[in-house]
Amino acid sequence: MRLDTDPYLSRYAARVTGMSASEIRALFAVASRPEVVSFAGGMPATSALDMEAVEAVVSGVIRDAGALALQYGGGQGRPELRERLVEVMHHEGVPGHADDLIITVGGQQALELIAKCFIDDGDVVLAEGPTYVGGIGALKSHRADVRHIPVDDHGMDIDLLEQALDQLRSQGRRAKYVYTIPNHQNPAGVSMSLDRRHRLAELAETHDLMLLEDNPYGLLDFAGRVEPSLRSLVPDRVIYVGTMSKLFAPGVRTGWIAAPGPIRDKLVLLREAADLCPSNLTQMIVERWLGTQPWQEQIKRFTTLYHEKAEVMLTALDQEMPDGVHWTTPLGAFYIWLTVPDGIDTSDLLAKAVGRRVAYVPGRGFYADGSGGAQMRLCFSYPEIERIPEGVARLGELLHDELELVQAVFGDQAPAPDRRPSGPATGVGG
Amino acid sequence: MTATSIAVLAGGISLEREVSLRSGGRVAAALSDRGHEVTRLDIDGDLVRTLESGGFDVAFLALHGSAGEDGTIQSLLELIDLPYTGPDVLSSSLAWNKPIAQGLFAREGLAVPARVTLSQQAFREMGASAAVDRIAAELSIPLVVKPATGGSSLGLTIVEEAARLPQAIVGAFSYADVVLIERFIEGTEVAVAVLDGQPLPAVEIHPKEGTYDFAARYTPGATDFHAPARLPDAVATACASAASRAVAAVGARHISRADLIVDPAGTPWLLELDTCPGLTETSLVPMAAEAASLAFPDLCERLVQLAVRDARDPR
Repeated sequence: MRLDTDPYLSRYAARVTGMSASEIRALFAVASRPEVVSFAGGMPATSALDMEAVEAVVSGVIRDAGALALQYGGGQGRPELRERLVEVMHHEGVPGHADDLIITVGGQQALELIAKCFIDDGDVVLAEGPTYVGGIGALKSHRADVRHIPVDDHGMDIDLLEQALDQLRSQGRRAKYVYTIPNHQNPAGVSMSLDRRHRLAELAETHDLMLLEDNPYGLLDFAGRVEPSLRSLVPDRVIYVGTMSKLFAPGVRTGWIAAPGPIRDKLVLLREAADLCPSNLTQMIVERWLGTQPWQEQIKRFTTLYHEKAEVMLTALDQEMPDGVHWTTPLGAFYIWLTVPDGIDTSDLLAKAVGRRVAYVPGRGFYADGSGGAQMRLCFSYPEIERIPEGVARLGELLHDELELVQAVFGDQAPAPDRRPSGPATGVGG
Repeated sequence: MTATSIAVLAGGISLEREVSLRSGGRVAAALSDRGHEVTRLDIDGDLVRTLESGGFDVAFLALHGSAGEDGTIQSLLELIDLPYTGPDVLSSSLAWNKPIAQGLFAREGLAVPARVTLSQQAFREMGASAAVDRIAAELSIPLVVKPATGGSSLGLTIVEEAARLPQAIVGAFSYADVVLIERFIEGTEVAVAVLDGQPLPAVEIHPKEGTYDFAARYTPGATDFHAPARLPDAVATACASAASRAVAAVGARHISRADLIVDPAGTPWLLELDTCPGLTETSLVPMAAEAASLAFPDLCERLVQLAVRDARDPR
């Protein structure tokens, strides 16, 4: 008798083919155990929030407007919250009006709605390589053809972007949009230089391009620097995504899109079809947080903490890493992007790392094309600062050991990792 | 059966934690539906204390991977006199080590693929890389490279060109200090579970794409299964016999699952014996039990009964 482990298979939409169980996700199940120092989860240090203040905000919402907070709301989100978020955007160097905004369930819903709005099967989207796992996931679920533009210490390589655009044009195609995280990019930990921002804005004009500017980390610069947003340079060509996940807490699932009017209207209709409206309760919590609490001081507390953690990790990396390993130096936010010598494949190595009680996200998760086998993302924002040196020491020992093994197996002929597909590296926060 | 207080152990810190949690969740639900008092326990530093003070009658082991399947937990449970499901300490540790188990199977006269075992130490301290070329020459391509311990196809690579062998070896070393390199046997993949000495109907495995890897194992619909396997009677009997002899070779009680390949001539080749087989929705043992008209909750209760029986009559 033939046994069907999924009797619904013939009924699924094409977009779910290829969605499968993943070894990497299974390993993350171990990484969440307390014995493991995990640099995997891209999560803010919510323990650094002033919980008394949060409690006052949450209970205040219920006390003052409980019935409203527990009711349905409008599809675009509460105007009062949109006003508050416009203030946040101004601090980030992003112009906008409350009317331009749509409140979403975190930045992730924003990325998904935008993909749904623009992507037909096989449409090309150009994205930084590497780029945010969840950004790839949103695009893949709409069967986009994601092509990467390499990132260096100054952000996306605009020369290569121009080449890619010209190549597409010569094939009679065009990119539906360019997806970029200009500030403290996830996972590379670098920001786009001012010069490149201007060049990207120019390219948008000359090549009739739309830009998706994803900005979760704009206010998390360690020195408080704010670079001009793409939206400030070419507002009509930018769909901007913001989120409170790193500025307040991911648990309130509050993000937003700022888009030109016609796009905004389409997105509101799509969102109403998806989930009717964002939660009034969490919107009112965020509104009240921004309206009654010194939220900028809280962000300063976060960035001070993250800066300390980054320094601790960088110092530990200097001390512990073998020759041939190199990494980016973050000036804000959460991440360090580390590259290992030939012969080591970071997807394969994760099992050994977890066995040694340290975890990271293998680089392939941040590419749609299977590259990234020589890279890993280390997130320093979430682990306790005292455990960072211990975790880096475990990783350093592992890499020393692995390089010896690679030398013993390959001699001096160690190959660079293959391009090969990786299962989704999701389930680890941002 | 009468209601029993059962600790279902699942999770742990092995690489198969997620699979184990799925197995454990399903077992716990089935047993509590049957009226048993079920407590789900993960592995942590207080485990022994929790087990000793919990008033449990039986520990149901849904642990996969190291510590759950290699004799570690079994030894601990014997020490605290708590009856448990599945093979005992010695059988578990023998089957856990694939090269040892294969050696025992071969000694029993069972067909086992030609193979080479190499440790990290052999490379680090004895220059084993100089002999790697011989492997492909001797066993011939394609080859299966896998860690000597562990399940769920983690770290397994099928090597189709000799030049890729070193990379596959390094990859497998991520999961264990010793790797097993086998001749790839072309044929039909078959699993035979043996429940208390009785082989259950064979399950035939056909991944829709590529090999029966992690994704093919745990994505519903990614693999076609047939139970009983569509084998000629003589071949089915040979598979059942091979599985029973493998189980006897390591002395595995209660339940285990033999993984075999049936080649075009109808010879069953024994790959390995899993002494704590998966019990998830896409796992093979529950399918085999179904094919023997043993519903999943009945299978779980049967294992509990066996644990109780053998506690009075230790082997």
